[in-house]
Amino acid sequence: MIPGPALRGWLAAWAAHLKWGDVLVLATALVVCGASALSLWQGGRPDKAIIKAGGRVFAEVDLNTARILDVPGPLGATRIEIQPGRARVAADPGPRQYCVRQGWLSSAGAVAICAPNQVSLALSGRNADYDSINY
Amino acid sequence: MTRSTTEIVLTPTAEDHRVARHAAAAIVLTVAEAAIPLPLPGVKPGLANIIILVVLARWGWREAVWVALLRVLVSSLLLGQFLAPGFFLSLAGSLASLAVLGLAMHLPGRAFGPVSQSVIAAFAHIGGQLLVARAWLVPHDGVFYLIPIFALAATLFGLVNGLIAARLLEEASAPAPQQTGV
Repeated sequence: MIPGPALRGWLAAWAAHLKWGDVLVLATALVVCGASALSLWQGGRPDKAIIKAGGRVFAEVDLNTARILDVPGPLGATRIEIQPGRARVAADPGPRQYCVRQGWLSSAGAVAICAPNQVSLALSGRNADYDSINY
Repeated sequence: MTRSTTEIVLTPTAEDHRVARHAAAAIVLTVAEAAIPLPLPGVKPGLANIIILVVLARWGWREAVWVALLRVLVSSLLLGQFLAPGFFLSLAGSLASLAVLGLAMHLPGRAFGPVSQSVIAAFAHIGGQLLVARAWLVPHDGVFYLIPIFALAATLFGLVNGLIAARLLEEASAPAPQQTGV
């Protein structure tokens, strides 16, 4: 939308009261707004995936690099795929495939459990929004 | 008739009149603003700060302190908030922003106008309020979760109030035959 000449004139009259230092202060204020939002509102971002097999921790992997893990269980291997910021169960020998159909997990506290094969994938973060999330 | 020796006579100076007039204007703005419904407690325009900025620029920091503190006291009495939590939050915010304004007024005027002072004071205001809220009212770090919203409100209302103050100051300093109200 292009502002009409009346609106533009009105805005210019107000903008005339802004000095360059004021613009600097305003820009700093906006940066503070953005930085505080980014640092305070990212509590749900996971930083680690905890993979358990048979009730024991099989591996704790950070979510920075993409990798694929095969976790052995009583029915066979459950394949877990890690990507930056998210993780999923890519394949599982279980009959109902609930953990596979959950898809990508991307918030701290999210859990995918492959009960028949006794494998679970959980994401943990420093400031988790929830203690646990399931679908 | 001779004057009683026990009678106390107060003779208000021109400065007293000025402080009272400006404080009255600030109180009216605060009370009017209290009628505006707002989505989140703590986020308000703070229109009274326009008066504080004008007083600061024209009459100095001491008078601005008088006006600001009278504003907090009297508006809390009028709104029934005196000594309630809201009063202490308001007081803490005012004291913090007055302290910061005392420093910000010495920024070079060539580059930094009322808008800078307004935005800086608004941030000091939310800072003072949040510290009191964290220490006393909500002893949990959860209050800091709201910082981005408060910061955005401080930026926006700081800009608007500062612009209005700048315009009032410009009109007041322009050679006009009649006396302007504020």
